[in-house]
Amino acid sequence: MNDIGIQPAALAPADFKSAIKPIWCPGCGDYSVLSSITKALAMIGRPPHEVAIVSGIGCSSRIPAYTSCYGFHGVHGRALAAATGLKLARPDLTVLVTGGDGDGYSIGGNHFLHACRRNVDMTYIVMDNHVYGMTKGQPSPTTEPDWDSKLAPGGTKIRVFHPLVVALAAGANFVARAFSGDPNGTAALIAQAIRHPGFSFVEVLSPCVTFRPEQRDWKTQVHASPVEETDDPVRAARRVMTDDGFNIGVLYAGNRAPYSPERRTPPAAVAELEAEFRV
Amino acid sequence: MGDDTDAARAGSAPRGVSIALAGSGGSGVMTAGTLLLSAAAKAGSYGLMVRTSGPQIRGGEAAALVRLADRPVDTLGDAFDLLLAIDWGNVNRFADEIPLAAGSVIIGDLDEGEPPEVYAGTGARFVALPMKKMAKGIAGSWVNMIALGLAGALAGLPQSALEDAVRADWKRGETALAANLAALAAGYAAAGGISPPLALPQVPRGAKARDRWLISGNEAAGFGAIRGGVRFVAAYPITPATEMLEWMAPALARVGGTLLQAEDELASINMIIGGAYGGVPSLTATAGPGLALMAEGIGLAVASETPVVVVDVMRGGPSTGIPAKSEQSDLSFAVSGLHGDAPRLVLAPTSIADCATTTQWAVHLAEALQAPAIVLSDQFLGQSRAIIDPPADPGLVAKRLVAEANTPGYRRYRNTESGISPMAIPGTPGVTYTADGLEHTEAAVPSSAARDHRLQLDKRERKLLAYDYGERWADIEGEGDAAVITFGSTTAAVREAVARARAQGHGIRLIAMRLLAPAQPERLTAALQGVRRVIVVEQNHGAQFYRYLRGHFELPGRPASYHRPGPLPLRPGELHQALVEWTNDRRATA
Repeated sequence: MNDIGIQPAALAPADFKSAIKPIWCPGCGDYSVLSSITKALAMIGRPPHEVAIVSGIGCSSRIPAYTSCYGFHGVHGRALAAATGLKLARPDLTVLVTGGDGDGYSIGGNHFLHACRRNVDMTYIVMDNHVYGMTKGQPSPTTEPDWDSKLAPGGTKIRVFHPLVVALAAGANFVARAFSGDPNGTAALIAQAIRHPGFSFVEVLSPCVTFRPEQRDWKTQVHASPVEETDDPVRAARRVMTDDGFNIGVLYAGNRAPYSPERRTPPAAVAELEAEFRV
Repeated sequence: MGDDTDAARAGSAPRGVSIALAGSGGSGVMTAGTLLLSAAAKAGSYGLMVRTSGPQIRGGEAAALVRLADRPVDTLGDAFDLLLAIDWGNVNRFADEIPLAAGSVIIGDLDEGEPPEVYAGTGARFVALPMKKMAKGIAGSWVNMIALGLAGALAGLPQSALEDAVRADWKRGETALAANLAALAAGYAAAGGISPPLALPQVPRGAKARDRWLISGNEAAGFGAIRGGVRFVAAYPITPATEMLEWMAPALARVGGTLLQAEDELASINMIIGGAYGGVPSLTATAGPGLALMAEGIGLAVASETPVVVVDVMRGGPSTGIPAKSEQSDLSFAVSGLHGDAPRLVLAPTSIADCATTTQWAVHLAEALQAPAIVLSDQFLGQSRAIIDPPADPGLVAKRLVAEANTPGYRRYRNTESGISPMAIPGTPGVTYTADGLEHTEAAVPSSAARDHRLQLDKRERKLLAYDYGERWADIEGEGDAAVITFGSTTAAVREAVARARAQGHGIRLIAMRLLAPAQPERLTAALQGVRRVIVVEQNHGAQFYRYLRGHFELPGRPASYHRPGPLPLRPGELHQALVEWTNDRRATA
């Protein structure tokens, strides 16, 4: 409420959009994810200047500039690190991280593990399309072993990385799977992830229509998760390891307290630090 | 090269005594060395203690190299007046680090064997004392307290100062304290019983210590950073920078800041970029291998105009190199090791005390210029402890040009005259933007247009070049038609060498450069007025500073170079000889 007692108008998704036109190909799943993010932020209701969206490099990493929030478009693979620093320095902000499977699971894999285990209160949204799109079609850690490409003719022959299982094992406090073709459902999942304390991870299946046109069929394959969310990581892991990879919904919602280093308030004067040096 | 001539004594070289306390790991020589330094401080003198140890993480051989003097000292002398070895273990491995002269004294315990030939062969006088038996004779006492009493007495320190130092540091019970004070007294008395008496140089009795500090360069850098306004640190442990982080962790918590141990250096640099983007002055500390990993991130700080400070406590390189030994070999990397045209600040403290001031200045500059600053400390500065006069607060604090809320038509990377553009801090309404490592327009929209690239490159260069860095860019001392240019930890050894040369009638100016990048050629030219020849002194194999200076500055005559890699420190006598030879070589004159 403002100082004359009038409830300010509720925020709409459009309030979170910028004027910059995305560079994405027509039909890219990321358009819908962008729309889901702005919808989710409108549901959360914090104004754009109190939200920061951090990303690395890749098609989906372009999202921050397409919003009206504060954004940080850094280097490849390090978005979670930059976001961790931002959130610890500025706990008052709502911090989101967006990126793709190459950025998050390959070059940024170590930060993914440690962000899960550190459990800083932020939300990580990965648009997984099982391919490097920006560099025009190389296999990522989630690419099927037999997918043929110029860089790996005949396929990589390497088993895929399982981000949800890894997130659970590493200690993420909220794990969900979404599908870009269901923007309202994805928006609801993202809003729930933002509200959930600690490190929330939302893997969004987001087709690359240019390099993986067969992913257009995902819309016929996805289905609502047949079971309720759990706070038991063992059950969650068993379920996600045995499902078909197209379950949509919240898989795990834990209750671990977020990492939040204590600060002395009021802070001591710097001069107090001098005492220990005095002879 | 022990240049202890009358001429050197007549100059303004420090007066005092150098003592090496050595023994196998666990014999307590580091504790004894620290207490000796502390006692000297209480007695009103200055001093320095350098720690050295074998490659083992724990155990192995260790030595505390202590120099006590009548003024602040940031370099070891040429030779040790006393080597006091509790046992011989592998102490022979320190022969290069503990040079002895004919007038030196070795005290050892014959129950631990004869002194190794590398020491005995120097002509130093050997005195045998059964230190272990003496300690055994006092139930509950330790042999290092016998050694402390001996060393303190021979250095001329009052017994009361030694006792005060032990009491101030004591963490165990009263019974053990009494036993060890008795051991200290026994050692002190034994020094007087040596016949014929030893005549070591004495620590000049200064005035009673007013407000002196006992501090390492790593602690000083951490303190300077906090005094400059740093409140967020993310870093990965690495020798020899770790102590800076260990000091900062609780200190930051006290002043309302946060230190986070990152998963690697790639994370560290990006975390502090995140913190600084959020408006909080941020820093990381590392050594060469970590700096190499951070290169991409530092470039991101350049392009996104995010202020960060990276303290590089240099060690022997390349690769894992010699982790616990000093070298100034990251200079080239620091001044030029980023891809693209990437202007950055590079600074180097010239003493342990200056680690505080220079790091504080680095925070100030990084924040004022919205650019990354690399501080080149090194293992010698970082891990040595010194008695210093408290570094005066230069009043340099982080002060960033920030955007006002709801600025109409706000453009984050606006092409201002100074090149510095108001930065919107998240949380400020009406000026949101996306910071970017991609080249961008003034309005922060990604752009690969030639005009935008050129404009932003010019702006990022201009803001560093147009800034007035003031007189702090270098320490300039003395007059003469010859000049020595150096930087960082070698400054102190050069200063002593120059003092000796001056005492012999050689007019030499000393220029210790604190701001290494951006290069300040006009300032150096002004500082070199009347100088006809220069020599560049540095501790690395590739003459990196010499080549940097030749590439970016005008130097008179035929510039000469004296450079040598680590791990052994440059010593005043070695440099004095080099300076005299160079001065006598007239070919170097313009």
